[in-house]
Amino acid sequence: MADPFLTVNDLTAYYGDFQALFGITLHVDAGEVVAVIGANGAGKSTLMRSITGLLSNGPDMVCWKGRNIGHLRADQIAQLGIAMVPEGRQLFPSLSVEENLIIGGQAGRKGPWNLEEIFKLFPILEERRKVPSTALSGGQQQMVAIGRALMSNPDILLFDEISLGLAPIIVKSIYEILPSIIGGGTSAIIVEQDIAKALSVSDRIYCLQEGRIALEGPAATVTREAISAAYFGI
Amino acid sequence: MDWINSIVQGVLLGGLYALFAAGLSLIFGVMRLVNIAHGDFIVLAAYLGLTVATTVGLHPLVALVIVVPVMGLIGYVLQRGVLNHTLGDDILPPLLVTFGLSVILQNGLLEIYSADPQKMNAGALETASMNLGGNLNIGWLPLLMFAVSVATIAGLQWLFYRSALGRAFRATSDNQDIAQLMGLNKAHVFGLAMALSLAVVGIAGLFLGIRTSFDPSAGPGRLIFGFEAVIIGGLGNLWGTLAGGIILGISQNIGAQLNPGWQLLAGHLAFLLVLAFRPRGLFPRIDG
Amino acid sequence: MSAATYTISRSTPVSRAAAVAGLILCLFLAAAPWWAGRADLRLMSEIFLYLSLASLWNLLAGYAGLVSVGQQAFVGFGGYMLFAFTMFLGVSPLLAIPIAGVLGAVVALPVAILIFRLRGAYFAIGTWVIAEVFRLVFAQVSDLGGGSGTSLPIDVVKSIAASRSARESTSYWLALGIAVLVIAVAFLFLRSRQGLALTAIRDNELAAKSLGIDIWKTKLVVYIVTAALTAATGALIFLQKLRISPDAAFSVNDWTAFVIFIVVIGGIGTLEGPIIGTIIFFALRETLADLGTIYLLVLGLVAIVVMLRAPKGLWGMLRAKVGIEFFPLARRVVKPSETQDGRHGK
Repeated sequence: MADPFLTVNDLTAYYGDFQALFGITLHVDAGEVVAVIGANGAGKSTLMRSITGLLSNGPDMVCWKGRNIGHLRADQIAQLGIAMVPEGRQLFPSLSVEENLIIGGQAGRKGPWNLEEIFKLFPILEERRKVPSTALSGGQQQMVAIGRALMSNPDILLFDEISLGLAPIIVKSIYEILPSIIGGGTSAIIVEQDIAKALSVSDRIYCLQEGRIALEGPAATVTREAISAAYFGI
Repeated sequence: MDWINSIVQGVLLGGLYALFAAGLSLIFGVMRLVNIAHGDFIVLAAYLGLTVATTVGLHPLVALVIVVPVMGLIGYVLQRGVLNHTLGDDILPPLLVTFGLSVILQNGLLEIYSADPQKMNAGALETASMNLGGNLNIGWLPLLMFAVSVATIAGLQWLFYRSALGRAFRATSDNQDIAQLMGLNKAHVFGLAMALSLAVVGIAGLFLGIRTSFDPSAGPGRLIFGFEAVIIGGLGNLWGTLAGGIILGISQNIGAQLNPGWQLLAGHLAFLLVLAFRPRGLFPRIDG
Repeated sequence: MSAATYTISRSTPVSRAAAVAGLILCLFLAAAPWWAGRADLRLMSEIFLYLSLASLWNLLAGYAGLVSVGQQAFVGFGGYMLFAFTMFLGVSPLLAIPIAGVLGAVVALPVAILIFRLRGAYFAIGTWVIAEVFRLVFAQVSDLGGGSGTSLPIDVVKSIAASRSARESTSYWLALGIAVLVIAVAFLFLRSRQGLALTAIRDNELAAKSLGIDIWKTKLVVYIVTAALTAATGALIFLQKLRISPDAAFSVNDWTAFVIFIVVIGGIGTLEGPIIGTIIFFALRETLADLGTIYLLVLGLVAIVVMLRAPKGLWGMLRAKVGIEFFPLARRVVKPSETQDGRHGK
């Protein structure tokens, strides 16, 4: 078994008095792609926010390469090689396409990805590099969001609702490109509502239901029935 | 000829008002914070300049090299130590804390320097002027200050839109959470924004102290001029702020020309007219 | 446990006891001219006038979210209206006070239409500009003494009451009266539908918006009512001082800074806060006033520390600890068996 990159131990999360996560435990190994699926409000985005440090959490709840990172700020966690492609892209509207990408490399981590490589991956972005990010189509914005996360040369990439709000043809092309991004030792967590899509690129899956893990297992062996049971809580 | 003279002087005065405004505008743009004590920091910078000039014996304009970094440092410490703790969805805490700071600064300066008006002496430069025909004279000092003001605005504009720091400012302003995910520490970014704001205040305060006499209670008035220049010019546009400052300066000088008691009133009137008919300012930023 | 057995109640034993105690206190204070000395009477008048200003600012900033640093505009305006109406039109001072209030509301409307275009903190500075405009305009009126100000003519003063002690009693009762009036208005307003909407907006603007609460109109009403009562309070302040000048009438320190500190220290967004804050403010002033500027420094520092460490003020801290409320604003669901115990339920 490979070393666990990321481990989440008995994670709880609250918004004020409202408890969103009830003791989530999961792990992602080096080079592994893990899908997190679940209905709206199951706690998927909360899980992402907790891992990236946008939501504070208790001691030893989140560990990265054997080190407790639960007490760190989001910007410190980002420096350690954890990058996220946030739900709804969330590009910086005041920044051009190129600036959005450059700021992704703010942390200054060394690795294969730089502006040139991103433009090779998404040639359209090079043509539109000076354009304000708000002028792009949804699909192009998603490319910038992916490129921005890659610019930090992360060891793990978190994709939050990668296909939400995008046309099927664009979703398809993004999933075609994913293996080339996350190959070569980079791990990934893919948060997705489209179960079939998620299964097609993942090694293992976790299914969240009302803030708890209802099902986990290798992507190849879990059955559709088991997933729907966990997904809908029936 | 008097009229042309007052308009020209108004333009030059407007440069100073734009400097008052630039720092205010900058921190509002980055973190939606309005520093009620902004004017009092301008006066603090003037007193710092005075102290440096008299104790070290530097020319007031040379005192800039000390005053500007000191003000920047004060800004950074203030932001990290106090103001960052007030930022959030509620506008009340930053407003009231900076209001409290304003009272503290005014009374602190009063305690140290007394209520007597002070002025910095720029030597021979103060009286040097060039004649532009007729009785239209432009002093070298006001002209120099105007040039520095315009250069400062241009520098800020460059920094905001062309530099890595400006990129970080804009990104943090757009979306604090996502900026954090890019490895930007927002507490530090905000500290730098306030440092820059007060560094500009350092220049503004020194110029104020050379141009006119000042006392510990002069701050609120400078805050209001800066604020009016921002609103007249339109939020989020530094060149607009310069134009706003100039319009304010001209209005005040025209008012003073009509009746000495109307100087400030005319400036406020210009502001209220803009607010009534062009509430987004004369040169609003075109988004997107 | 059927739903029908529950009732909604606002009052609690504490609030009912407070109401009785408040009534007794008011009667006791109203009798002050018979038991207090002249200097005490003056001090208490000043306390009531500050209490009135503080409660009004609290309504504006703490409930309506309209953080104004320019309420001195209306204090000064009210003061000048008192002088103008009594000096030039021969109106009795007692009548000039409500007139000042009504005119305060009249000028507040165009002012509001202008400055409501500014948001948040820029609104605050906008109110300050308005106050400056008022100051500069009144400084231009030479009949009212221009920049150096004027005193209330002796025959106007005498028209209040013939004897000095009767005048002092009258102005004391007026000060007490306006404080009680302001607190009553604030209390009744916050219990009304509109007041409830306002509290909803303050607690969650987004949720309130989605419920279709018309924020703008409610805020406008609060602004105008506050302006009217602030102007009436201003008229009373300068009736006590008998002298007015632009700098005194439109002083940001006296009529806004102190008022803000009172509300912040006492507890913003509660009706009790301004009362507690006023008591603390005057206790501090009476003990530290000799320190001059140091006193103001300390006051500013205390306000900042309170804002950072206890943003709900002293009353907020106290309420969080013991859960009492003198002014019953919160609604509670009460089981019939528990009607005598207001601490249960929410």
